[in-house]
Amino acid sequence: MIASLNAELLKLRKRPATWILLGVVLGLTQLFGYLLPYSSWLTSDQNFQTQGLNPQAVLAGTLPGELVPTSLGGFPVFAGALALILGALATGSEYGWGTLQTALTQRPTRLAVYGGKLLALAASTLGIVLATFALNATVAGVIATVESRALDYPSAAELAKGIGSGWLILGMWAGLGAVLGFAFRGVALPIGLGVVWVLGVENLVSAVAGSLLTSLQPLRDLLPGVNAGSLVWSLAPGGGSTGEAPPGVSDAVGGGRATLALALYVAAFAAAGALLVRRRDVT
Amino acid sequence: MGEQLVQTNDLSKSFGAIRAVDKVSLSVWRGEVYGVLGPNGAGKTTTLRMLAGLVTPTAGTASVHGARPGSPTALARTGVLIEAPRFWPYLSGRDNLRVVARYAGMPDRAVGGALEAVDLAGRGGDRYAAYSLGMKQRLGVAAALLKDPELLILDEPTNGLDPAGMRDMRALLRDLGERGHTVLLSSHLLGEVQQLCDRVGVISGGRLLAESTVDDLLGQAGLLVRAEPVEKAREVLERLVGAGNVAHADGSFRLRTGPEQAGRVSRALADADVTLTELRPLERSLEEVFLEMTGTERTGR
Repeated sequence: MIASLNAELLKLRKRPATWILLGVVLGLTQLFGYLLPYSSWLTSDQNFQTQGLNPQAVLAGTLPGELVPTSLGGFPVFAGALALILGALATGSEYGWGTLQTALTQRPTRLAVYGGKLLALAASTLGIVLATFALNATVAGVIATVESRALDYPSAAELAKGIGSGWLILGMWAGLGAVLGFAFRGVALPIGLGVVWVLGVENLVSAVAGSLLTSLQPLRDLLPGVNAGSLVWSLAPGGGSTGEAPPGVSDAVGGGRATLALALYVAAFAAAGALLVRRRDVT
Repeated sequence: MGEQLVQTNDLSKSFGAIRAVDKVSLSVWRGEVYGVLGPNGAGKTTTLRMLAGLVTPTAGTASVHGARPGSPTALARTGVLIEAPRFWPYLSGRDNLRVVARYAGMPDRAVGGALEAVDLAGRGGDRYAAYSLGMKQRLGVAAALLKDPELLILDEPTNGLDPAGMRDMRALLRDLGERGHTVLLSSHLLGEVQQLCDRVGVISGGRLLAESTVDDLLGQAGLLVRAEPVEKAREVLERLVGAGNVAHADGSFRLRTGPEQAGRVSRALADADVTLTELRPLERSLEEVFLEMTGTERTGR
C-alpha cells in the first residue's frame, strides 16, 4: 500500500486541479472569513449591511481567538463541495483516462491501489485543512496587529480539535466524491450529483424538516452535511463571537454524535469503494 | 519444452448474453513469442485482460507464473500493455513512468533506462498529452518493460503506429524474444504474427480454433503441378497420391502431399509421357490458413 500511496501522492501533487481546488478553498475562506468581515468593520459607520450586527463582534471573528470557528465556517458547505470534487477527480479520472488499468497491472493488489488512493486523499485533505489554518492564523495575526488587539490564539488542544474536525469533514466529503467516482466510472456525473447534494438537497431537506415537515427531523439528522455543520457548531456554539452561524452550520445534533456519524460515513464510503474496486471488471 | 508461464483451461467470459471468450485453453512456454491471432471482436483482448487480472473469468481457470492472474506474484514479473497505452495526460512522459515505477515498487532511476530503450529520453520532460500516437505507444512499451519482466502481455502492440514505428516495434519485440523474454501478444495482422511468433493460437468467435507453431500451421501445404495433357496428368497424379488429394484449378493441380514427393511426381509423369511445365512446393500463407479457419468458423455459426 505504501507503493500505491507514493504513486498517488505524486499524481495528486503534480495535478493542477489539486492546487486550483486548494487555492479556491483558501480564497473563499479568506473572502468570507476575513476580507468581507474586516471590510465591513472598517466601513461599519457607513455600511448599512452591517446594521444589527455588533461591529466589535464582526471584528472579533477575524482575530486569532476565533481562528477555529472562522476557519471551519465554510467546511460543511463550500469547502466540503470542493473536497468532494477532489475525491471524484482522484477516482473518476482513472476511468476517464483508462489509467486504472495501468495502476492495476503493476504489482499491488486492487485493494492496495485503492488503499493508497484513500490515504493520498486523506493526506491531501489534511494538507488543505493545515494550509487553511496556517493562512488564517497569519491573516488573523496581521489584523490583530493592525488593530492593536491581543495575539490571543486558541490553545494547542483547541487547535488540534479544530484541525481534526476539519479533516474529518473534508475527508468525509472527499470519500463521498471518491466512491461516486468509482460508482459512475467518470468525473462529470459524480461531481454534478455530489455538488447538487451538498449545496442543494441537504439545505432543502434541512429547511423542510425545520419548518414544514418537522417529522423529517430524524432523517435530516442523519445527513452528512447536517452532521458536518453540527460538528462545527459544537466548536463555536451560537456561531461564535459574531452570533451569526455560517450557512450549513447548525445545532441539529450534538458534537459527539456528529463526530461519530461522520466517522461512520467515512468508513461506509471506504467500504463501498473497496467493494466496487474489488469486484468490478476493468474494461 | 520447459516451464509454462501462462496456462488457461476452458477460460470463458460472458458479458450478459454475449459469450466473448468460450472455453479457451492455451499455454505459453517460457522463452517463446506466442501470438493470439484473430479478427476484430474475436475475444483476443478479453482473453488478455483476464490474464492481466483486469477481468474476472465467468468460468474456467488461468494461471500466470503459476499464480492467479492479477495477483502480486503474477504481476511482479509481468509487463502489460492492453489496447492503447493509458497514462495521466497532465504528467510528462518521465513522471508517468515514475508513477508506474512507484506502483511497481521500482526505484525512480529505472525510468531513465526505460525511456532510452524506446528512444524517448529526449522527450521525457514533455507532457504526455502532447505526445504523438507513436510516442504514446512507445511509452506504453517502456512502462511494460520497466520491471524487466519475464513475461510481456501486449495487445496489438503495433496498433496506430506508422510503418517505421511498426518496424521498430517489431524489431524491439524480436529482440526481447531473442533475449529470453516470453512475449504473449495479440494481433489481427497476419504478417506480424508470422514474422514474430514461435507459436500461434487462432481465435475466432471467442473460441480457440487451433494452437500450433507457425510452421505446423503452414505445413499442411502440398505441391503445385502444371502438366499436359491435363486428363492424362490427372490419371497419373490420382493414381500416385489418391484422388482425394488432387485438386485442379486455374490450369494447375494442387496435390495434398509433402514436398519430398516432388521427385516421385516428376518421374511418374515422365514415365507416362506427360509434359511437366511446373512443379513447386505449394506454400500456404498464414492468411490463407487463417481465413480458411475463421471462414469455416463464421460459416458454421
